[in-house]
This record gives sequence, C-alpha cells and structure tokens, in this order.
Amino acid sequence: MTTGRRVAITGAGTINALGRDVPSTLQAMRDGACGIGPLDIRDADRLSVQIGAQVRGYDEQAHFNRQQISLYDRFTQFTLLAAKEAVAQSGLTFEGAAASRSGVVLGTSGGGLNTQDENYRVVYEERKNRVHPFIVPKLMNNAAASHVSMEYNLKGPSFTVATACASSNHAMGQAFQMIRTGMADVMLTGGSEAMLCFGGIKAWEGLRVMSRDACRPFSANRNGMVQGEGAAVFVFEEMEAARARGADILGEVVGFAMTSDAADIVMPSAQGAERAITGALADAGLSAEAVGYINAHGTGTAANDKTECAAVAHAFGAHADKLMISSTKSMHGHLIGATGAVELLACIMAVRDGVIAPTIGYEEPDPECALDVVPNEAREAKVDVALSNAFAFGGLNAVLALRSV
Amino acid sequence: MDVRAKVIEIIAEQAMLEPGDVTPQHTLSDLGIDSLGLVESIFAIEEAFDISVPFNANNPEDSSFDISSVEAIIGAVEGLIKDQS
Repeated sequence: MTTGRRVAITGAGTINALGRDVPSTLQAMRDGACGIGPLDIRDADRLSVQIGAQVRGYDEQAHFNRQQISLYDRFTQFTLLAAKEAVAQSGLTFEGAAASRSGVVLGTSGGGLNTQDENYRVVYEERKNRVHPFIVPKLMNNAAASHVSMEYNLKGPSFTVATACASSNHAMGQAFQMIRTGMADVMLTGGSEAMLCFGGIKAWEGLRVMSRDACRPFSANRNGMVQGEGAAVFVFEEMEAARARGADILGEVVGFAMTSDAADIVMPSAQGAERAITGALADAGLSAEAVGYINAHGTGTAANDKTECAAVAHAFGAHADKLMISSTKSMHGHLIGATGAVELLACIMAVRDGVIAPTIGYEEPDPECALDVVPNEAREAKVDVALSNAFAFGGLNAVLALRSV
Repeated sequence: MDVRAKVIEIIAEQAMLEPGDVTPQHTLSDLGIDSLGLVESIFAIEEAFDISVPFNANNPEDSSFDISSVEAIIGAVEGLIKDQS
C-alpha cells in the first residue's frame, strides 16, 4: 500500500452523447440509453463506418463567443463545458496561494483533430495557400489543459497526457498521485476527445476493428468498437481540506497503477492488464474481495473483451464470479482519450448511488467472457470499491480504484 | 493483370519472402503473417485490384472473404473482381 494524503472527488462535469451534464448522463446510464446513431459529419457518405456516439445538435455559438471559437477546437470546448460543471459543483475558487497549489492534467489522444482535418482540406483540397493564424494554438493537444488553467487561474502543475485509449486514466492517476504526495492540493483532471471527423473515422476504418451497426461488449456476436466524443472533468481535492470546508464528496480515489505489455502495438495482453488491476489494488491496500464493480475497458472488439475477461478472472480468482463488470462504451461509445473520464462517472454512480450501469446491446453469451457483465439493464447494488480499466493501443494499461465515502 | 501472381506477390511481400517461396497451400500463419499483417495485405489487395474486401478483423472466420489459405484468398479475390467489375 502506498501511503500519503487522501484524495476526494468534489466535482464532476461532462458532455457526451448521453447527456450535456452529469445528472443527465447518469440518468441515461440508469436507463440503458444508447447514444450511438448515424454520423452527422461532412462526407459521411464516403465512410464505410457511418455510426458514432456524437454530441448531437451541439451549437458552439450557444456557449462561446467569436474570439473563443477562433481558439477553441471542439475538444477544448467540450473540456471547458465539463470543467465549468465540475468547478461549480466543487464550490472552489482559485486565488492567491490556493492558485499555485492547483493544476490541471487532462487526457486526449487526437487533440484538435477537427482543426487539423478542416485545415488540411483548406490547403490540400481547396488549394488555398493561407490558413487562419490560430491553427497551431487551436490544434495542440495541450490547448484544453491550458485554457482550463487560464479560465480558473490554476497556476500549479498542468499538462496533457496522450496514451491513446488510456489517456484519461493516466491523467487522473497523475492528478491523484500529485495530491497524495503533496505536489498539489487541488487538480482538475479527466479528458476530452473529438475525433468524429472524416479523417478521424477514415483512419480508424483502416484497422477494420470498427462495427458498422452497434457496440456489443462481451456479447458473442460483437463485431467491433464504435467511436464516441465528449469530455469529463473532475475536481480532485485533498481529503482533509475537502472535509474541513464541508464539500460534498462524490468518492475517494484510493489506488492507481499503470503497466505496459511491452509486446504488441495493437493486440492486448491479459498479463499486462492483470498486473495493472492487481497493482491498483495493492496501491490502495485493498483485497480483491473488496471490489464490487469494474467499469471495463470493454471496447466490443473480439480481442479486447476476451483478453480483459481473462485478466479479470485471473486477477480475482473465485471473486471474479461475484463482482459485476460492465462496459458503458455500449452506450456512450469509445471516447478514446476521454473514455476513462466518462467511465469514471459510472464508477461514482456505483459507489455513491449504488447503481450499476449496464452493458447494453448484449445478445449472446460468450464462453470467453463468462463474467457478470450486467447485461442490458442497470442494477441496484451496494458497492464499496469500483475499478476503472483502460488498456490502450501500444500496450499501455492504467487502472484506477475508487471507494465510497 | 495475373490475379494469382499479384496476390502471391502481395502476400510474399508481407511475409518478407520471395514469391517463389509462397505456395497455394500455405496458410497465413505458416507464413508468419499476424492479424496486423493480414489487415495490411487486404489493404494492398484492395488497392491493387480496385475492389472492396468485406473483412472485419474482429471475426475473420465469419467473414465471407476466405483467408484459410493462399489458394482460398486467390479464389476470393477472383470472385470479388468478378462481382465488383
């Protein structure tokens, strides 16, 4: 067990295909709602994958002015909206000494991919020789973290983590460790992704791991992942300070571990995943039996789901059959660099509200995924500890452990 | 274009072998081609013959595109060229 200061979550915010804020997202998860539908993007007719979990009907002008839009890619906009909700819930302000003890660490994989895509069109397709002057500060992966720091006057450690599908978990793990070790007192953390543009989807099509109809994690008839977009941001705060000011504590982050498979650039390894799971428990000083729920990486690909189930079965032994494990990607899609952040909401719902989000789209049992995957309907259950798994391309694994307060 | 020769050339290149070392009876695993190598080979086939190959890496066995051997792949490509021309 690693010792140090305790870390509370005192704020949460999100925007994703299931909802524009945390209450609506959690309600959608309870309802087993599906945010996946036909992609409404330019040139979708030239894509072979035409579905995604989009933030539909999003109007940037309803949230940001002209100057802001010229600097904020869609992924930055999503981040700022999620951060606004999280900071408001925490009730914190950042002035003077508190500002220099506060920072922001966020995950993203594609960063300003929409901005890149649009401007490649401008120079390559439209043959223009001039682009808008702010393309670089708009597309850079750290743009979102920087704008959050400016918006809230966060003057402590701030940076961006890019580890593909594990970006958010790695980011939140860093935030957790910084508060635990005393590097910071408050960290805004989570992640954002907006990859649903022509070039973004076209690149993913090439790997031939995308489903053309639905995301069905753990189901024998699963046929691939479905991409989503959005953001989730949390306020992590030193526990005693949070208690002293009477903050509403959503949950406690108690453990984190990261491992690498050191094996293959795309195929996952059960061993690497298992080491991250057992590492997070060891870091938290928890026994395997303490875990009631796991929010799975659960991409809906053949390879991930069977590998992840094997890792869980091996890590937990007999207890694997007693815990619940669901993949909420079936509802909000795979948000790549933001996915762990949105999925932490399901873990908070489990430990705080006693509601387990389901794996929807589940149709046929798979003997290689023979765990309680909470098929199709949410369930009420008392859970003290939840884990959130993220296993990225490149074999980079990151697991967080959350406990009820 | 000689479909057979071109398919063998693509597979051989992926396997880092000479075309003469690839026989119709070989399976992709015989040749050391893994799942990424397969996806890359299919891309090369689509580009070479201007066809679309129905293939999902999640369940290659269930795909209508038969990849059980080099001979099977040649047959499947010939069929797709016929269907899509």
